[in-house]
Amino acid sequence: MASRALYSPRHPMLKKRDDFEDILEERRRSSDLRYALRCYTPTLYRGLVPCKASMLKSIVLQSDHLQYVIKQVSSESGESTEGVSEEASLILDEMAHCLQLSTIRFFAFTLSKAFKRLFRSVCVNEEGIQRLQQAVQEHPVVLLPSHRSYMDFLMMSYLLYTYDLPLPVIAAGMDFMSMKFVGEMLRMSGAFFIRRSFGGDKLYWAVFSEYVKTMLRNGYAPIEFFLEGTRSRTCKSLTPKTGLLNIVMEPFFKGELFDVNLVPVSISYERILEESLYARELLGIPKPKESTSGLLKARRVLSEDYGSMYVYFGHPVSVRSLAEGKINRSQYNLLPRYIPQKPSADTHEFLSDAAFRLVRIQEENMVLKPWVLIATLLLQNPDGLDLSSLAEQTDWLRHLALAFGAFLDWPDHEACSEVVSCSLALHRHLLSVSAGHVQLSVTDVPQVETTPEEAVFHQAVVVLSCASYRNQILHVFLRPALLAMAMQSANSNRKDDVYNGFNFLRKVFSNEFILCPGDSVQDFEEACYLLMKRGVLQVLEHEIVMSASGHSTLAFLSSVLDPFLQGYQVVCRYLCEETNENLTEKEFIPAVRSFALKLILAGRLKCYEALSSDLQKNALAAFLRLKAVRKVKVGDQVTLKVNKVAVNSLEDILGGKIPTQKPILARL
Amino acid sequence: MASNSSSAQQRLRIIAGHLQKRPEEENASVAAQECKAEAPRSEPSSATPVPRRRQEIMKWNGWGYSDSRFLFNKKGQAEFTGKRYRLSGLILPSLKDWFEGTFGANLQHRSPATPSLNLSAVAPPHLNQPFVEDLKAAGLSVSHDPEDRVFRAHGHCLHEVFALREGRIGRVPDVVVWPSCHNDVEKIVELACKHNVCLIPYGGGTSVSSALECPREETRSIVSLDTSQMNRILWIDEKNLTAHVEAGIIGQDLERQLNERGYCTGHEPDSMEFSSLGGWVATRASGMKKNIYGNIEDLVVHIKMVTPRGVIEKSCLGPRMSTGPDIHHFILGSEGTLGVVTEVTLKIRPVPEYQKYGSVVFPNFQQGVACLREVARQRCAPASIRLMDNEQFQFGHALKPQVSSIFTSFLDGLKKFYITKFKGFDPHHLCVATLLFEGDRGKVLQHEKQVYDIAAKFGGLAAGEDNGQRGYMLTFVIAYLRDLGMDYYVIGESFETSVPWDRVLDLCRNVKERIVRECKERGVQFPPLSTCRVTQTYDAGACVYFYFAFNYRGLSDPVHIYEQVEHAAREEILANGGSLSHHHGVGKLRKEWMKASVSGVGLGMLKSVKEYVDPQNIFGNGNLL
Repeated sequence: MASRALYSPRHPMLKKRDDFEDILEERRRSSDLRYALRCYTPTLYRGLVPCKASMLKSIVLQSDHLQYVIKQVSSESGESTEGVSEEASLILDEMAHCLQLSTIRFFAFTLSKAFKRLFRSVCVNEEGIQRLQQAVQEHPVVLLPSHRSYMDFLMMSYLLYTYDLPLPVIAAGMDFMSMKFVGEMLRMSGAFFIRRSFGGDKLYWAVFSEYVKTMLRNGYAPIEFFLEGTRSRTCKSLTPKTGLLNIVMEPFFKGELFDVNLVPVSISYERILEESLYARELLGIPKPKESTSGLLKARRVLSEDYGSMYVYFGHPVSVRSLAEGKINRSQYNLLPRYIPQKPSADTHEFLSDAAFRLVRIQEENMVLKPWVLIATLLLQNPDGLDLSSLAEQTDWLRHLALAFGAFLDWPDHEACSEVVSCSLALHRHLLSVSAGHVQLSVTDVPQVETTPEEAVFHQAVVVLSCASYRNQILHVFLRPALLAMAMQSANSNRKDDVYNGFNFLRKVFSNEFILCPGDSVQDFEEACYLLMKRGVLQVLEHEIVMSASGHSTLAFLSSVLDPFLQGYQVVCRYLCEETNENLTEKEFIPAVRSFALKLILAGRLKCYEALSSDLQKNALAAFLRLKAVRKVKVGDQVTLKVNKVAVNSLEDILGGKIPTQKPILARL
Repeated sequence: MASNSSSAQQRLRIIAGHLQKRPEEENASVAAQECKAEAPRSEPSSATPVPRRRQEIMKWNGWGYSDSRFLFNKKGQAEFTGKRYRLSGLILPSLKDWFEGTFGANLQHRSPATPSLNLSAVAPPHLNQPFVEDLKAAGLSVSHDPEDRVFRAHGHCLHEVFALREGRIGRVPDVVVWPSCHNDVEKIVELACKHNVCLIPYGGGTSVSSALECPREETRSIVSLDTSQMNRILWIDEKNLTAHVEAGIIGQDLERQLNERGYCTGHEPDSMEFSSLGGWVATRASGMKKNIYGNIEDLVVHIKMVTPRGVIEKSCLGPRMSTGPDIHHFILGSEGTLGVVTEVTLKIRPVPEYQKYGSVVFPNFQQGVACLREVARQRCAPASIRLMDNEQFQFGHALKPQVSSIFTSFLDGLKKFYITKFKGFDPHHLCVATLLFEGDRGKVLQHEKQVYDIAAKFGGLAAGEDNGQRGYMLTFVIAYLRDLGMDYYVIGESFETSVPWDRVLDLCRNVKERIVRECKERGVQFPPLSTCRVTQTYDAGACVYFYFAFNYRGLSDPVHIYEQVEHAAREEILANGGSLSHHHGVGKLRKEWMKASVSGVGLGMLKSVKEYVDPQNIFGNGNLL
């Protein structure tokens, strides 16, 4: 059963991974035009209610749910119901997709050309496709791809077309709409557009949720959306959003559908198209607004080699099995189902738990290339490594990663040094290789004079680009690394001391990494198990003891998380030293950035990752959660009030000056 | 519309047909009802429609009369034996194919029942001697014959009948006692209290909620109180249109005797051949014609019940009272936990002048439900309106008797062609509503037109009286069919619920699918029969009835699997806004959900009533609470 697979502890070595097929191989052999015009007969949902896109709109507008909300909004605002209906209709026009096979065929043709240029191969797990084929017929399907690149959803539609699967409708952010022609093209290929924020807008929410639910209930098409909400600029999975997940699960909760199949899809890139773009964005170098001309300029990317791309379709997860014993569906019995109901506390908890687990499945199924290992090592050695030593360490790390269950795509029958040099070649723009010595460094800087600040930023772009590869494998090392760090800072070997430290770090970093709330014991045990299996630790009844050979592994693991630790410390120090009483939320990121920059320029900080706005945001969110900082609304400004004592002690604990103890935790 | 276009002559024929109908009654003896209370107790039991020794005319390990059963004859054709029913003696040519096709069953693979009761399997009675002696001294008819006791140890749940067929006998009552009138019951209850024995009232024995099962933890002597001999109509009041009846009377006898006087109650649950008036009251029964006559709670004017605390009854026959909570509602649905219903005053109506069956074919179930909803909205439901889903429609079709002439079969073919080819109905989606109209002739015809007009708006086509009548027949023979299935490795049962209109479709789909899925997960080899019909309409919702059966070859504990699936189906019903039961009751089978259904406080209320009325737990059948 799907749920069992979802909740089972990982036994990585036992899990059989599916075989991949390179879909570009076929494309390189036969005509793209014929491919684009081929007969497309997708397998369909057995409960399909046939309906056209235009019909869909009127079904939504006439639905009891929307009519109810329209009346409610009209009586609250005093506007006539006709006016509100009109508004709803406009919202729907702005939102709705108009999926057309002809547009898909156009994309099938052009993307074939583009993909062949960009990628060496696009590998898809065939068994996943077969499972999906099955799932699509049984129940309405929701596709949940990871989101690392604009390419993701184009690729998804392209793949589904290739495999004769029904084309999905995709929830996309409104920002695409501003790209004139492209927005419309995307709309015709099945994208529907939602505003980024519509918190209190009842009418908008009603139109949106009814639109999605109607498509789902009628089995109109698979719904595709990104659990993470937006592209991850760091290649770390983002904390999932539950809003849309709730919408697609509600028809099951309310008995309108027997079940819904959620299919997590992991898309990984050997080299990400937006790599340096993301790094610049994280450093606050403003991102160009999405525009068609911008996209055209990006044509340059077409001339580069982006290696391989992997798409792994995970096992369908049945919402019914997921909810079994967790959701009491009869809670919906006493209210007519068209009346919107806020999810109850336990529903909320369920949604969040499910979302986290789905993201973890995405993570686990993410194919990793040797380069992520190399990137990890290079980041830990800013002064660079000799090629031979790099190869040796990569090999060591490879075995560690495999033992921890990494889904590593390591070429068979190739010497390690061979693999390393191939990887280095693909990512040469981030490296300098001279006399057998490899180092991360800036390669394409104009030779004009640069200010020290600029130099720091240039280097930071390289570091952050590289970090985005290391981040792909973080989920593999995360739990053992937290344990390693906890052991370092604990003042004894006692198991509960270590656990306290572990739990503290888990709390601090729960905005940074995917750590399911409430799983801390499970995570701790998993970390112990993995390290014990590796012979690094001995876990006794009350004690955890490092074995003689374990030192290097523990040292490696804790330095994996070191940049984050340092980054959070920088944020702490900034908050303690900042004297501005009226620090607004908006000013926070630039202020921390310049604070970190100063430290780097002064030579007091070596960690460029502290400049990343993503890290700074996550740190702030963590401190808010831990109540070391709180938000105060003054007029239309949100200011941050810092509890300096609390922040100070946080910094101390993070710096390992004070071991974690219960009382301090309590005070936080 | 066949029926509308038919000529007056045809109509006359139809009416004549109706007057000859009710073949199930043809054979029943119309015995003169004397006051047995005063008669000597040695009166031969065969003089009453339900003898004390039920096993003489009824199956000990299956449904209904011993002479009536389905079997596959030597040619492999299904036939129904006996003379009691319309189907009796007829060949059903298409049943075999349907049976084999639906269940993957095979006539070569038989699972016959133990032919006769093995008396040594029945544990010797645990008698409370002083109690038995006092009973005998009071002149009551008592038995501890094993056959009598086994017969009253079960209802008709699958697990009960399955165990009997395998010859497995669990705890059975130790004594059976037959009171003849209210006073007898008072005596029995008084003695039971005195000697602290457990009383389990027994009416028609048609329970499908494990209500008659002897609680395993009961250590006292268990006495089955069989009300079947309390079966007289005590008086009929034509001025107020009421009848006062002893509660042991069974449905068919009550209706027949009233009919002889020109009246009826109109209460016709599917079990009416065997179920008793007292049983209806104790389970809140519902009859198929409730749209005209009401359910049992609408029909009763007065109830007399003997409890350990004494007799509970109202002081007058006023049609409605505002005297605090209605005490009838403590009795209705009490499932034998508070006392024995002994006499009931019921509303009666003159026998309707005219009765007419009908049917409508819909292209799919959704349309059918929409039509029923509209009929309910306009409050113009006929005496009965039921909507069968496609699977049940096909099931009903398989029960078509051999046609007598080429002409009829040609007509059938033509009809089928018209509906599937000309009208484009998909034979795998279409479904049928069966109708029964009742009243004076003019109004029935007018009513009929109104309903068919509504149906037409939802794509419904009138499909003749025959289909309608066969639909109702199915409900009377379904329990016999289950016995046939059990001869060939097929087990099954029915269960029901009530649900608001807007959830009917979702509930039907989800529950059927849940059944299919649970069966698959539990290793059932062939897809089960999982089918439903909407059997009653109300202003705010409908009653839905499910049939569920599967082929159990290759399963080591089929009954356990059956129970797990039914349990899952019930959970699904509750999760989809359905009720715990519309009319079968709770018994012991559905007890676990009572608290969730009526809230902790609600359950506490019921418990405190039980505690006051029966502190010694004399009525210890363990139902409901």
